[in-house]
Amino acid sequence: MILTQDSTQIEVTIHVNGTPHAVKTDPCVTLLDLLRDHLQLTGSKKGCDHGQCGACTVLLDGKRVNSCLVLAISREGSSVTTIEGLGSIANLHPLQSAFIRHDALQCGYCTPGQICSAIGLMLEGHAKSHDEIREGMSGNLCRCGAYIGIVEAIEDVMESESSREENR
Amino acid sequence: MKRFRYMKAVSVREAIGIFAAEPGAALMAGGTNLVDLMKYDVSTPTVVVDINGLPLHDITEQPDGGLRLGALVSNADVAYDPRITERYPLLSSAILAGASGQLRNMATVGGNLLQRTRCSYFYDVQVPCNKREPGSGCPAKTGLNRGHAILGASPLCIATHPSDMCVALSALDATILVEGPRGVRSIPFSEFHRLPGESPERDTTLEPGEIILAVDLPLLPPSMGYSYLKIRDRLSYAFALVSVAVLIKIDDRIIQQAHLSLGSVAHKAWRDKDAETLLVGAAPVRAVFKRIADRLLDSAIAQEQNGFKIELAHRATVRCLEQAAAGTPQSQANKRIC
Repeated sequence: MILTQDSTQIEVTIHVNGTPHAVKTDPCVTLLDLLRDHLQLTGSKKGCDHGQCGACTVLLDGKRVNSCLVLAISREGSSVTTIEGLGSIANLHPLQSAFIRHDALQCGYCTPGQICSAIGLMLEGHAKSHDEIREGMSGNLCRCGAYIGIVEAIEDVMESESSREENR
Repeated sequence: MKRFRYMKAVSVREAIGIFAAEPGAALMAGGTNLVDLMKYDVSTPTVVVDINGLPLHDITEQPDGGLRLGALVSNADVAYDPRITERYPLLSSAILAGASGQLRNMATVGGNLLQRTRCSYFYDVQVPCNKREPGSGCPAKTGLNRGHAILGASPLCIATHPSDMCVALSALDATILVEGPRGVRSIPFSEFHRLPGESPERDTTLEPGEIILAVDLPLLPPSMGYSYLKIRDRLSYAFALVSVAVLIKIDDRIIQQAHLSLGSVAHKAWRDKDAETLLVGAAPVRAVFKRIADRLLDSAIAQEQNGFKIELAHRATVRCLEQAAAGTPQSQANKRIC
């Protein structure tokens, strides 16, 4: 049993984008706050902070989650992938390129969460059709209303990945 | 968020011990509801007991041909498990009608059962709420109550239970396996959640210190028709205004068996087994379905803003029965209601 006293900082080690980070933190710190405030990885956004908008979506041990609802202390030893771990300016992730090609953003605030969510959706492998992608992405709100481009970008990457599979 | 101590329980006995001994303890599984409630100071545990290390993560076959869902299996893992999609497609459909991909990856079976109402007054600590602070009052009675209960409400509370999964579990006659300081017991689904009555602060019939170990699904007769129809203000990622879960067995154009549960209309998934017997032996036709919808909503009482929910529940019941009887369950991807 691990037991913390009130206001005790305890150390948690989380691997973020392949790098282990040992951080002393209070039990009330969420994974989102740990990423943004302790590790200065501000790509993941705090939109609503209540699991309603999806802007904080990251991949936690390979699955998409709302990082604002995860207590960091509870995820000792876990692996997190954020938007910072997906691509670089010189070498964009295929979804990042597709978002640009399909005009899938306007202000861009929701985009890191959209892209992490789309990667999670593709890894899950349940969404195949246009309707299924729309439904599977409904946890990510876009106040600019770029939904049409977002779904097109995801379809585009899914199609090119499946044609690459076929050519193998 | 109020400060709290954090514990990681390593055994069920240990978790029960802490939970029973510490009046301010809260159990944390997926955290999707608890952490949110803590951010609003609606839930202010002194100790958070993280139970994710407990061995309750499996879906297992039961001797009677049913399935046991461990309390910590994620909603997504239940919904996509081939044993669920083949044998309990109603449950899969209801889960996929709720929340988002992210939340379903986090939320658990046990946590889904124990989620609190989404009544906006319950969530606002600046205002009274009999569920949050017993005896303080109910602003929903005279306030914004468009989404509130039409069945089984009490003068003290008109909140609804928000779950989709629970509506399917209710129709499936699931049982809840729990363990507490006095041992293990099974609770029939219909007796797990309670109506608000005089004590709206209590959502369930769990005794102090009891935790959910699993949800047991009984063996179903082969080839039952099903549908889960959810009506809400937007097409996805919203709580239901009304939802309906139906399981129906029809042979030679005669209804042999029917289970029907309504969601988001009461403090618990609403089932009327007496009304269901009206369907047995009848033909699966609209006139019959309308009669059972009449009967189910007989005792419905509207609040100032939610009278429409009575008619909506009536129509959704008829439509969901038609979908199940025709073998054309509601799609949770294409939301067109056929």
